[in-house]
Amino acid sequence: MKGENVTVRGVAKCYGSVTAVENVSVDVKPGEFLSLLGASGSGKTTLLMMIAGFELPSAGLIEIGATDVTHVAPNKRNVGMVFQRYALFPHMSVHNNVAFPLRMRRIDRAQIERRVGDALAMVQLDAFGNRMPSQLSGGQQQRVALARALVFEPPVLLMDEPLGALDKKLREQLQIEIKTLQQRLGVTVIYVTHDQEEALTMSDRIAVMGNGHIAQIGSPASLYSEPASPFVAEFIGKMNFLPVEYLGPSQSGQRIRVSDASTLSVTRSLNGHSQELSPGLLLQAAIRPENISLTARGSGGADAIAGTIETSIYLGTHQILLVNMDGRSGPPLHVQYPASHVVSTFARGDAVDIVFQTNAIHLFSGKGDSHD
Amino acid sequence: MTSLEIGRSNPTTSMRFKRLFLVSGTAGRYPPLLAAILILPLLLLLFFSFLYPVGRVLVGSLFDPGFTVENYIRIFTEPLYLKVLLRTLWIAFVTTAGAFILGYPVAYAMSRAGGKLTLWIAICVLVPLWTSVLVRSYAWIILLQRKGVINDILIGTGILDHPLKLIYTEGAVFLAMTHVLMPIMILPIYSSLRTIPKELPQAAANLGAGAFTTFLKITLPLSLPGVFAGTLMTFILALGFYVTPALVGGPQTLMMSTLIGQQTTVLLNWPFAGALAMLLLTVTLVLTFMFRRFLASSGGFGNV
Repeated sequence: MKGENVTVRGVAKCYGSVTAVENVSVDVKPGEFLSLLGASGSGKTTLLMMIAGFELPSAGLIEIGATDVTHVAPNKRNVGMVFQRYALFPHMSVHNNVAFPLRMRRIDRAQIERRVGDALAMVQLDAFGNRMPSQLSGGQQQRVALARALVFEPPVLLMDEPLGALDKKLREQLQIEIKTLQQRLGVTVIYVTHDQEEALTMSDRIAVMGNGHIAQIGSPASLYSEPASPFVAEFIGKMNFLPVEYLGPSQSGQRIRVSDASTLSVTRSLNGHSQELSPGLLLQAAIRPENISLTARGSGGADAIAGTIETSIYLGTHQILLVNMDGRSGPPLHVQYPASHVVSTFARGDAVDIVFQTNAIHLFSGKGDSHD
Repeated sequence: MTSLEIGRSNPTTSMRFKRLFLVSGTAGRYPPLLAAILILPLLLLLFFSFLYPVGRVLVGSLFDPGFTVENYIRIFTEPLYLKVLLRTLWIAFVTTAGAFILGYPVAYAMSRAGGKLTLWIAICVLVPLWTSVLVRSYAWIILLQRKGVINDILIGTGILDHPLKLIYTEGAVFLAMTHVLMPIMILPIYSSLRTIPKELPQAAANLGAGAFTTFLKITLPLSLPGVFAGTLMTFILALGFYVTPALVGGPQTLMMSTLIGQQTTVLLNWPFAGALAMLLLTVTLVLTFMFRRFLASSGGFGNV
């Protein structure tokens, strides 16, 4: 099986006066794993349903391979689909469920037997062919659904939050299984999820969706390190936001005022908007928890900001410290350290110096509206 | 549990009361006496409105005044009565088939339409159901009679010279009974169609099935529990239908219940009417059990 490219161009979907998807364009390369990541109501599922053919776009064009499928019926599109709630046919055995797409294609009996056997072996359920779906666990049912969606070797596989109904352990295990399978088969996957960790784990590229359009599309690493908007910054990973005042250019970049007592020099310019920077402008500074470090009060150097530890949270692989900046209200900063690092000496109420890694500070315009 | 033990060691009146009426051993189970009291009205109703009169009819059909099976022998020796029984079964069968063929699409439309349209279809199904069978049967008389609406139209437009004989025919009985019983068929089918998740037809389409195949392989099999429930109820009700066949049917469409009515109210032959009633009841029960057997063997849809 060979993946095909999927082209979505200028697609929109309106339900009456409500716009679910607005002028979305994506090019999915053959064999690519693309995640549509967004909260509920962001339009990600509607977009997937339009690619599957269950919803007709109000405007725009959808191509699979070189074929325009915008107005092709779902049963003629030859794309596989895995639903959130498995959607196995409850009155058919596992074997008959997997054989269903092959029977629809009038493939001869011997070949059906062979391919169903192969598909069930692929998801490690060879011994379960005679069971009914109700006799399987959630994870097994979703594996059957996966086998059923892949058995007719579609060039494109659509997945609508397929792991949403499973518990965390199983979800992580299946994420890796699906990813491995996808790489082995070379099938193009479009994967809808609201779980950013899942998207980061599995995807070649992630399209972050909000309010019916794509806020940013890129590799997991680029979305994480170069978010184009506060919305994306907040959606992927944890991000601290601080309202700051722009003071003017400095020799190494931009100078910002973080609090009455302290200013910082930032190496990056304004993300996202090409708005003119003028002194006195209010901006949002954003920094990841792992790009902040803490030292004992007085040892932080010139750019350090005074703070007080509020809470320390131990999470096994790492440790989170919530720190209040002195002389500033608002939510505490999240600071993250690897668990091996010895910061356990800090206790609640300790006075510390907060040191920002200045090349990791992102500047966004505005007061934190979530969209551009 | 603790209150139970205390109750045993120190059986004051209040404790005994608690144990019998208030304390339940396991969650979700009523204490024994409370359960008995709750179920009592139903048992009384069943006894006085069903078991006792049916028992009386059975006894009446077997004693005259000494024990005799003469009434039953008469049913099986005079061909008229067996003919009426077969006709009753035939009419019930045709009515059920008609209600299914006409009712399934309605139930399907109702489950698919969504929003306002579902409501309107539901109204069209339920309003006739809430209307008296008598009224609905008279409506058919108005439509079908010699100088009724249909004949008036046919003659008025010049299609026919003489009125058709529409009423007091077997066809009229089929038509009116199908109409009267259709909601009984539609509602269970609708409720089972409604429980089919919309992903299943979508999944079938995605896997390559056309609309018709999807219906045949997915929707229809999954709605079978509703179909069976509707079929059984319609068939059993049709077997004992009285008002409609009596009003729109003629002497050629005499059914069991009409016959029983004649025996009791006109001929005052209660023992024989009792024998006929027992026959009808037996046939109904046998068919019901056969139906359940068939369902159980055809894949676990036994909850009818």
